[in-house]
Amino acid sequence: MSAVSNGTTPAATPKPNPAGAVANWADERLGIATATKKQLRKVFPDHWSFMLGEIALWSFVILLLTGVFLSLWFKPSMGEVVYNGSYDQLRGIHMSEAYESTLHISFDVRAGLLMRQMHHWAAMLFIAAMLVHMMRVFLTGAFRKPRELNWIIGGVLLLLGILEGFAGYSLPDDLLSGTGLRIADGLVKATPVLGSYMSFFMFGGEFPGDVIIPRLYTAHILLIPGLLLALIAAHMLLLVYHKHTQWPGPGRTEQNVVGYPMMPVYAAKAGGFFFIVFGVVALMGGLMTINPVWRYGPYNPAEVTAGSQPDWYMGIAEGLLRIMPGWETHIFGVTLSWNVFLPGQIAPIALLMLVLAYPFIEQWITGDKREHHLLQRPRNAPTRTAFLAAMITLYGLLWAAGGNDILATVFHLDLNTITYFMRGAIFVIPPLVFILAKRWCISLQRHDNEMLLHGYESGIIMRDAQGGYTEKHLPLSEDRAYTLTARARDEVYAGMSGEDANGVSAPKARMDQLRAKASKAWFATNVQKPTAEEFEEAHHHAELEHAHDAPLEGHAADGHQFDGRHDVAGDDLTHKH
Amino acid sequence: MRLLTRKISARLSARRRSRLAAPAVLILGLLAAGGVALAMNSAVSPATAHDSTQDAEAIKAGRALFAVSCSSCHGMNAEGIITKRGTNYGPSLIGVGAAAVDFQLETGRMPMAQPGAQAVKKRPVFTEDEVAAIAAYVASLGPGPAIPDKEAYDVSEATTEEIVKGGEFFRTNCTACHNFAGTGGALPKGKFAPSLIGVTGKHMYEAMVTGPQQMPVFSDAVLSPEDKRAIIAYLKNQEKTPNYGGFDLGSFGPVSEGMFAWLLGIGGLTVAGIWITSQTARSKKTIKKGADA
Repeated sequence: MSAVSNGTTPAATPKPNPAGAVANWADERLGIATATKKQLRKVFPDHWSFMLGEIALWSFVILLLTGVFLSLWFKPSMGEVVYNGSYDQLRGIHMSEAYESTLHISFDVRAGLLMRQMHHWAAMLFIAAMLVHMMRVFLTGAFRKPRELNWIIGGVLLLLGILEGFAGYSLPDDLLSGTGLRIADGLVKATPVLGSYMSFFMFGGEFPGDVIIPRLYTAHILLIPGLLLALIAAHMLLLVYHKHTQWPGPGRTEQNVVGYPMMPVYAAKAGGFFFIVFGVVALMGGLMTINPVWRYGPYNPAEVTAGSQPDWYMGIAEGLLRIMPGWETHIFGVTLSWNVFLPGQIAPIALLMLVLAYPFIEQWITGDKREHHLLQRPRNAPTRTAFLAAMITLYGLLWAAGGNDILATVFHLDLNTITYFMRGAIFVIPPLVFILAKRWCISLQRHDNEMLLHGYESGIIMRDAQGGYTEKHLPLSEDRAYTLTARARDEVYAGMSGEDANGVSAPKARMDQLRAKASKAWFATNVQKPTAEEFEEAHHHAELEHAHDAPLEGHAADGHQFDGRHDVAGDDLTHKH
Repeated sequence: MRLLTRKISARLSARRRSRLAAPAVLILGLLAAGGVALAMNSAVSPATAHDSTQDAEAIKAGRALFAVSCSSCHGMNAEGIITKRGTNYGPSLIGVGAAAVDFQLETGRMPMAQPGAQAVKKRPVFTEDEVAAIAAYVASLGPGPAIPDKEAYDVSEATTEEIVKGGEFFRTNCTACHNFAGTGGALPKGKFAPSLIGVTGKHMYEAMVTGPQQMPVFSDAVLSPEDKRAIIAYLKNQEKTPNYGGFDLGSFGPVSEGMFAWLLGIGGLTVAGIWITSQTARSKKTIKKGADA
């Protein structure tokens, strides 16, 4: 604000802004302004789908805050104690200190149950948000060069998040925790030859032993969060370094970023979003029961409850285990438990490898080594979109298989039928979804071309002199047409010719042929954007049509002046005679 | 007359030498012993300690009701019906006791509306008196568990120790099928363990002693009557206990929690994200309006 004078009172300097003064004080000593000047003006594009990763980030902050609170009371020990807290139904029962302190936090620490439930809900949201963020990145091709490494970091973050979640799920030492650990023990023991050694090493003896909770605690509050923090920092630094991707549109190129600066707009939005996430988590923690450990009771290897399930992110592993036929091989006095080894060890590792390798697989097929900062619409990469649709379907089916008993109970279905159905469905339904989604993308692409060449359907029905009806197609705005055509043409890789003139096959000919085949499968059916000639022709055609129609159009009746060719903003549409 | 008696005695003496004579005598003897045991049993069990004429009337009425409503599956004399494939069309009810009848009829599971994997709970068909009559009839066929006294399942005076003990027994013996919160669970081939919420103490007790459908029998040797009452006390106490954590989401464990995390959590936050990104910086809005006008 500048000095103010109305001519009657002397000019006065307004009081200095106290916040500004503090900032100035700090800046003079720390040089923050210079260091962050560039970053404060950093531009971020706006789109709702860019907020999904932020849900994960803010959930993680909530996890750190609530986790610190919980760690002040939680005792990571399997030492046996007798419960004497305020939950009557368990008073006098022998239990581990871990379970006892969890009950103590839930019933005897002020706001303890709220914090526990917020921590758990935030964990569920953390992993779910990472997954939807990953799907967004996948669908829009945001993992392409130069962001492949950030994709890998993201994949590792997801894996660590799941491990962190599982460790947290196991800490309270309630009936579900122990049942989950029992399954983990089974998975480890299914390792051929080494299984029982590994299990004994992990549990410090036969399951459940007395060391697993302290060990998981170290992993849960120190090791994995440390790795998560470091990788999140790397993820964000790379985001700043690469700059955020953006949707194509007028004025948006591979070289720029169009959006709002970090200060004040984006920081306010992101900060505001933190409070929204915090509010939602607080509401969920306050209103919705999650993991009521007091009802499960302390872990006792002799007990199990119906509805024993892992948290949702382990649902697909649970589902695979539940529908796997009981195959085993006995050889040289050793049992190979394929029924646990395949779904419990091989499948998750294969899935992780596929996820991490995906950008490189696609790059190899497409041969696309260019940098990409503009996003692809999912329809413009039909094969990739359809692949994700199939993967989502597979995930959903396995997830449902993991809850087969709950489905049977709630919907009065037959447990065995669900299991048998799923055994077939995971092989049959995803390919069907793949085909459907791919065709869907292609027809959307065709629709885009239709609109580009012949305009959009205006919804205005015109009756001509002969009494026939036609719907007016109006040309797209230039902005929209630009946005729709702002994509590269896909080129099918033909491959090198197998042999040269002397009949000598090219080096790596076999791989090359494979790549050519994959490229054909990938791109051959895609619809390409119209060429300049096609545009010219379509426009010419439209002009002719208009010229043909023009003489037929007499004086339009009131209320029917709009023919799509001229602006009716100034027209008086009222009846006048 | 003489001729007649001689004829009978002749026939009897002929039968005495028959191959079936020894087993017949054995069966008669066993039946007599069983009858004595039954009489003793009913003498000590207060539930069936009515005077005999009332009993006889009730049995008669029960038999009539049984013939109309139950015999098509369980047979005219409750002996059960075996199908051609050797499976039970309706099992024999001899020796199942009054408690089983009381449980099945009062919860509406019997008579079944249709054949299926398992009889489902529905509105009872019979009145209290009719149930008592059919129970008396079935009890008269062979010894079995009687309808429990009110003291056996009355938990209004239950102590905290009893509730704690009941919780331990419940988690050890019941949760594997009925779920930690007693909300029920799935069993193979469309069978299921029903929800225990809202089930009366009497029916819980009867279910434990008679083992209806898929349920095992928890005889007094396995779970003493006091243990059974403790389990009922725990479950009734759980019904009264508030949901400390808020809405219980059906008490089905992590599956329903996951559903709410996705639908409410991710769904709600995505909507919030759409809202927050649709809020443009103020300055741009005014410029746009100016440009349009």
